[in-house]
Amino acid sequence: MADLSSNFLGIKSPNPFWLASAPPTDKEYNVVRAFEAGWGGVVWKTLGEDPHVVNVSGPRYATLMGPDRRVQGLNNIELITDRSLAINLEEIARVKRNWPDRAVVVSLMVPCQEESWKRILPMVEDTGADGIELNFGCPHGMSERGMGAAVGQVPEYIEMVTRWCKQYSKMPVIVKLTPNITDIRFPARAAKAGGADAVSLINTINSIMGVDLDTMIMSPSTGGKGSHGGYCGPAVKPIALNMVAEIARDPQTAGLPISGIGGISTWRDAAEYIALGCGTVQVCTAAMVYGFRIVEDMISGLSNFMDQKGYASIADFQGSAVPTVSDWRYLNLKHIDKAVINQDLCIQCGRCHVACEDTSHQAITAFKDGQRHYEVKEEECVGCNLCVSICPVPSCITMKSLKPGEVDTRTGETVTGEYQNWTTHPNNPMREVTA
Amino acid sequence: MNRPIEKPGALDLPGIAAGRLAPESCALNFTDAHPPLNPLQALLEAERCYYCYNAPCIEACPTGIDIPHFIQRIAQDNVLGAAETILDANVLGGMCARVCPTENLCEGSCVRQTNESKPVEIGLLQRFATDAYFAAPSKPIFTRAAPSGRRIAVVGAGPAGLSAAHRLAALGHDVVVFEAHSKPGGLNEYGLARYKTPDGFAQREIEWLLSIGGIEIQCGKQLGRDITLSGLVEQYDAVFLGMGLAGVNSLGIAEQQLVGLQAAVDFIAELRQAKDLSAVPVGRRVVVIGGGMTAVDAAVQAKKLGAREVTMVYRRGAEAMSASAYEQQWAQINGVTIRHWAAPREILGSDGFVTGAVFAVTRDENGKLVETGETFTLEADMVLKAIGQSFVAEPLDLSLALEKGRIATDPSGQTSHQKIWAGGDCRAGGLDLTVEAVEHGKQAAIAIDAALRA
Ligand SMILES: Cc1cc2nc3c(=O)[nH]c(=O)nc-3n(C[C@H](O)[C@H](O)[C@H](O)COP(=O)(O)OP(=O)(O)OC[C@H]3O[C@@H](n4cnc5c(N)ncnc54)[C@H](O)[C@@H]3O)c2cc1C
Ligand SMILES: Cc1cc2nc3c(=O)[nH]c(=O)nc-3n(C[C@H](O)[C@H](O)[C@H](O)COP(=O)(O)O)c2cc1C
Ligand code: SF4
Ligand code: SF4
Ligand code: SF4
Repeated sequence: MADLSSNFLGIKSPNPFWLASAPPTDKEYNVVRAFEAGWGGVVWKTLGEDPHVVNVSGPRYATLMGPDRRVQGLNNIELITDRSLAINLEEIARVKRNWPDRAVVVSLMVPCQEESWKRILPMVEDTGADGIELNFGCPHGMSERGMGAAVGQVPEYIEMVTRWCKQYSKMPVIVKLTPNITDIRFPARAAKAGGADAVSLINTINSIMGVDLDTMIMSPSTGGKGSHGGYCGPAVKPIALNMVAEIARDPQTAGLPISGIGGISTWRDAAEYIALGCGTVQVCTAAMVYGFRIVEDMISGLSNFMDQKGYASIADFQGSAVPTVSDWRYLNLKHIDKAVINQDLCIQCGRCHVACEDTSHQAITAFKDGQRHYEVKEEECVGCNLCVSICPVPSCITMKSLKPGEVDTRTGETVTGEYQNWTTHPNNPMREVTA
Repeated sequence: MNRPIEKPGALDLPGIAAGRLAPESCALNFTDAHPPLNPLQALLEAERCYYCYNAPCIEACPTGIDIPHFIQRIAQDNVLGAAETILDANVLGGMCARVCPTENLCEGSCVRQTNESKPVEIGLLQRFATDAYFAAPSKPIFTRAAPSGRRIAVVGAGPAGLSAAHRLAALGHDVVVFEAHSKPGGLNEYGLARYKTPDGFAQREIEWLLSIGGIEIQCGKQLGRDITLSGLVEQYDAVFLGMGLAGVNSLGIAEQQLVGLQAAVDFIAELRQAKDLSAVPVGRRVVVIGGGMTAVDAAVQAKKLGAREVTMVYRRGAEAMSASAYEQQWAQINGVTIRHWAAPREILGSDGFVTGAVFAVTRDENGKLVETGETFTLEADMVLKAIGQSFVAEPLDLSLALEKGRIATDPSGQTSHQKIWAGGDCRAGGLDLTVEAVEHGKQAAIAIDAALRA
């Protein structure tokens, strides 16, 4: 059986599934239940200075749902912990003592002043916690007070605070990044420059869930007014994966350990994050929707997947997909794909036809001999994959790559097997001219 | 719900008797055969639709309802928009949602059959949208075009006649509908199974249909008795005939006058009109002869009234029955026994009452139906004939070309007489379905309008 255990910055956990700093890790009661269910670790709900913050007593959450009311996205306006520092620290110490094999990382957010960090760090260290995560990501409420995303959006602040943390504590420091920024590499580089041991990402994305069209009030609202919240859940996964990959392949941050967060609900999601370089993954929404028991299914799936693929440990496939992430300009413009419809699987819904006809390259028939019939006209197909992406039948439309010697009937050109990208393409006015 | 108290022994009363079941039992038996979808179910089912391009389900709908559009509108929480799409193509879309043999029509060609054998429940969704609209019609769906000054006579207020009248009214014409019965609706009111159309839906739907204005229905006016076709042709700019089928095919054997030997359609009509179902008499042992929708409906409803044994006898095999496989199953799960390959030979009676029927066993010999020589007898105190209905041409005082006994028309419904159109069951070459009658009426109205404006 595959070994799922993880060693992240020297923090050991029986599996790479940690609960992200959020309501699931709000207090001892939840964390104990999570550990009983099998979670490998937790990042404790973000601690702050006393007096503790207060949350609204109206709706904190709202969701984007799929047809069967499956949650695709979750929006929240919760702040950091609304309990006193002392109570949190006492519980953290007790939990760590009782669960020595699990990772207990403490998330922190205090004002951007050296004094504040200097004061809180030793208190956390005294709990025996395995490490700290700096919450530079919370996009609502706290950011209005100059904390959370307000720090995460200024690389200089990130570097400065990270440095203080390294200076005043011996604990491993994870910097949690906000996605509400144009280029994720800058904050990641700043964290590294400040001495961070790792980054974790993403925190939530600024969001408004909608508008109540009867009252014309944005939603969710508290007493007739709302404020933007933070968006997470399955819908944000692609955004997070890209940010993770950017950091993993940036020469300046390559090798910096990453804890992946954002929309992880299945073992498959987790495996994808690991393949893009993450050493652990963190989960919030899936636990908030399904409860802690979901981890059992994630563990089972990941373990069976690893056995099937012959991966003995997480390290065996961690980062495997990173080298495949490139820049557009390096993609092979001589590579030709064509869509192929498997007529035995096609149920003739016509969606591929209308999608290609109206919005792509008019490359799929609607009729043949007066009968409904969907077939790719290779001479028109640009290989865009739209039809594949919208066909309701799995594997019904696939892409085939033309082999060297075959002719692309669209352009009349013979495939040579050569590699040519935009940097040297004749249509590129800025092309690199080779000798 | 507590089990209603049945009259002791009522089920076993010999002969034909009312009250075999307590009124509550009867009422329960005749509630909606297919309960409507609740909003959550409707939303989920709507999401199953792939929104096919050039969708095969539309092609399979005789009225050509744009199914993907109306389903998408349900999914987008726009039932008014959904109802508009449905009713614009099929003004009796509410009734059709209840009675269409969807397994042979739209749902039969839904692409989701292929992989899942589970089509989108188009009929139930159509019912959801139309029910929701009728329950709270936020705004009228139809408005009438400017008055044309033309008057059109429609004979028969069945689905064909009503559909023609409605479309003609919408196009700006004034319409007078002559109906022999005391209520409009045709078989919607007198024929369709009660468990498909409970709670007076037929009349509610007609009331809504008439709300467009410009349609006057004269009930109790029978062509051939109270009015003549030649008279209508003279007084009106055009005439539409939607008279249905007034005749019942005979068994082709001696049919003595016996209490209990009856046309299935008459039995059903009585049942449809009964205020108290437990007052409708039914046999203890009922034999229904025939293999179509009428036979199934008669058999199942007899069973639901409390008949102890009901047997449908059909002269060929299951696949040849005009009742769909789904309807055959429906009969069977309701406790009806279906016997194939047997043709009626003799109706037995004593003292003026039916006592049974003798059947000859048949088989297919190179496509020809032959009797094997073997016979069997089924005891019965009620024998219902359901081997088809026929068009009765007597009321027509102008001679119209017929085809296989029904009125011949061109594709638009125009008969051999320039001013007369026909549609529904009385028109030759159709499917004998409510939905097709609606389409005939609609197409004829469009053709009449075009002819009058030419
Ligand atoms: C028992 C039974 C069950 C059925 N079940 C289904 C079903 O589940 N689904 C389905 O799609 N179809 C079903 N059908 C068929 C469907 O009912 C018919 O196809 C449809 O009603 C035909 O409509 P129509 O307007 O042509 O005729 P009808 O509905 O028969 O209407 C004709 C009207 O014309 C009137 N009329 C007749 N002669 C005259 C006259 N001389 N003067 C004035 N008025 C006259 C009649 O009183 C009647 O109101 C069933 C039929 C029967 C008999
Ligand atoms: C209600 C709620 C409260 C959260 N509070 C915190 C927090 O206090 N500190 C923090 O670092 N992240 C917080 N987050 C962000 C999560 O830790 C996580 O980064 C985000 O939800 C993405 O993961 P997911 O898609 O698995 O939910 C919160 C998220 C939610 C939904
Ligand atoms: S989308 Fe898929 S199933 Fe539908 S017609 Fe195209 S190939 Fe066939
Ligand atoms: S790959 Fe793109 S261009 Fe080719 S058939 Fe599919 S949708 Fe059309
Ligand atoms: S065939 Fe089925 S899936 Fe396609 S549009 Fe019609 S109902 Fe929807």
